Amino acid sequence: MTSLSTPRKGSGLGSVSTGRKVKDRTVQGLVYLAFLLALVPLLSVLWTVVVNGAKRLDPTFFQFSMNAVAGKDPGGGAYHAIIGTLQQVAITSAIAVPIAVLTAIYLVEYAGNGRLGKVISFFVDVMTGIPSIVAGLFVLALWLLTVGFGFSGFAGALALAILMIPTVVRATEEMLKLVPNDLREASYALGVPRWRTICFVILPTAMTGIVTGVMLAVARVMGETAPLLLTIFFTKAINTNPFEGPQASLPTFIWEQASDPNQTSIDRAWTGALVLIGIIMLLNLLARLVARRSAPVRR
Amino acid sequence: MAKRIEVSGLHAYYGGVHAIEDISMTVEPRSVTAFIGPSGCGKSTFLRTLNRMHEVIPGARVEGKVMLDAEDLYGSSIDPVAVRRVVGMVFQRPNPFPTMSIYDNVAAGLKLNGVRRKGQLDEIVEQSLQDANLWNEVKDRLGKPGAGLSGGQQQRLCIARAIAVQPQVLLMDEPCSALDPISTLAIEDLIGKLKSQYTIVIVTHNMQQAARVSDRTAFFNIAGTGQPGKLIEIDDTSKIFTNPEQKATEDYITGRFG
Ligand SMILES: Nc1ncnc2c1ncn2[C@@H]1O[C@H](COP(=O)(O)OP(=O)(O)O)[C@@H](O)[C@H]1O
Ligand SMILES: [Mg+2]
Repeated sequence: MTSLSTPRKGSGLGSVSTGRKVKDRTVQGLVYLAFLLALVPLLSVLWTVVVNGAKRLDPTFFQFSMNAVAGKDPGGGAYHAIIGTLQQVAITSAIAVPIAVLTAIYLVEYAGNGRLGKVISFFVDVMTGIPSIVAGLFVLALWLLTVGFGFSGFAGALALAILMIPTVVRATEEMLKLVPNDLREASYALGVPRWRTICFVILPTAMTGIVTGVMLAVARVMGETAPLLLTIFFTKAINTNPFEGPQASLPTFIWEQASDPNQTSIDRAWTGALVLIGIIMLLNLLARLVARRSAPVRR
Repeated sequence: MAKRIEVSGLHAYYGGVHAIEDISMTVEPRSVTAFIGPSGCGKSTFLRTLNRMHEVIPGARVEGKVMLDAEDLYGSSIDPVAVRRVVGMVFQRPNPFPTMSIYDNVAAGLKLNGVRRKGQLDEIVEQSLQDANLWNEVKDRLGKPGAGLSGGQQQRLCIARAIAVQPQVLLMDEPCSALDPISTLAIEDLIGKLKSQYTIVIVTHNMQQAARVSDRTAFFNIAGTGQPGKLIEIDDTSKIFTNPEQKATEDYITGRFG
């Protein structure tokens, strides 16, 4: 406002008025400040986890379970929990990703303005809003109590899949919408049927974004604790069969260890958190490498 | 190879909007036919009815007959996907597939339709790029991304991609309007060369271009906004540009329009 009403100095070309320079600097400063503020909690969390988790980051932690290890004992590890988490998340992704990607393909490529598309879209929104514990309760009520299966890693994966599907649907949908219509038309004009166009032109073009969306969803469900407590239950022992019997997982391991008053347990909880963050970062990196190979090439 | 197109009584709609009205014309094989007319008069719409691309748009439909030699493209037993293999199309904006190399872009139509033999693909890719006057510029970097080429090269790549599936008719919707004059000349040369093998229909906004490349010219017009587009006249290009039958055509060509 003020800079408009102040008379211009000089020729009016080339010289920027002091008022505008000051404003520019101030806003720039504020933006940097906001960025730093946003960074504070992130770095603080990372720092705390690294400092506290480093203590027990030893080979034992990756080689042993908590079987016959009491809370006050030193040693013990999260081998059983790491195995559990990896298996559960792998099963979750195997269930959720195909369903979610196919749903998104239907919504973007086939549904148009149809009724079914709107209904599906509505339910995806509803699913997005489900609190994670409700997903756990749902699987507990349906899979365990009604159908009669016992606690298992698979039951946990079912609950996590309910949480993962809507996020992946939305992410994939956004990415598919970004694919220019020109490419669809180019492919149709070559006499390529629609499904082949989707498989070989549209999906590869959107792949990087879809992989990123899946990774974010994986990272999110990997940290879920509540639905797992209700579906995989607890065990201190190694259970390599995700379809039978209680299984451990990193989040429930952390929860269990952190609720024990002994410092040795609390140290294990911190290291568990550090390992969880590490696994998520590693998966992210891996996904990026995979996605890069099929990424659209830009100049 | 090249086929004759005979259109009769063709109407096209977008939902409830009547976009083009009662068009009849014949396009001769091994010739270039140019469509000219003001923006919005339905040239692109009409062009897209010739390879059943019009119906790709939700709500769009076509009435009338398009005969390709003896076959009605809108006959009930005709597969639109098969039609598009016979009647190829080049778009206004170059649109190479961004995930594919130059080679894969040209081979895309064949690969996606199940041709897998490497030797056969190599041969067709080279031939198509040669026909599109692009081979010498890209032969050393066939594995590089198609999106890394210049605009004019990308458009020639798209032409190579279209002719690689060996269509009998090639439709081009303002193929040069996004290109610089040098690239435009390159494409015009190419059109002159391709007409010995294909039936070519080209939409252009550039009158000189229509005069340079085409044998026959069709002039389209609309009576006013919201009205359907109509074919005013189609004749030999020399006749349209020197002595058209219709007053509207003459006005448009001499710039005394609207
Ligand atoms: N996808 C579409 N949906 C609805 N109307 C369209 C669409 N494409 C074109 N039209 C309408 O059809 C008429 C003809 O358009 P078009 O064929 O693109 O003209 P031209 O190519 O001669 O400029 C215009 O009135 C335009 O608004
Ligand atoms: Mg047009």
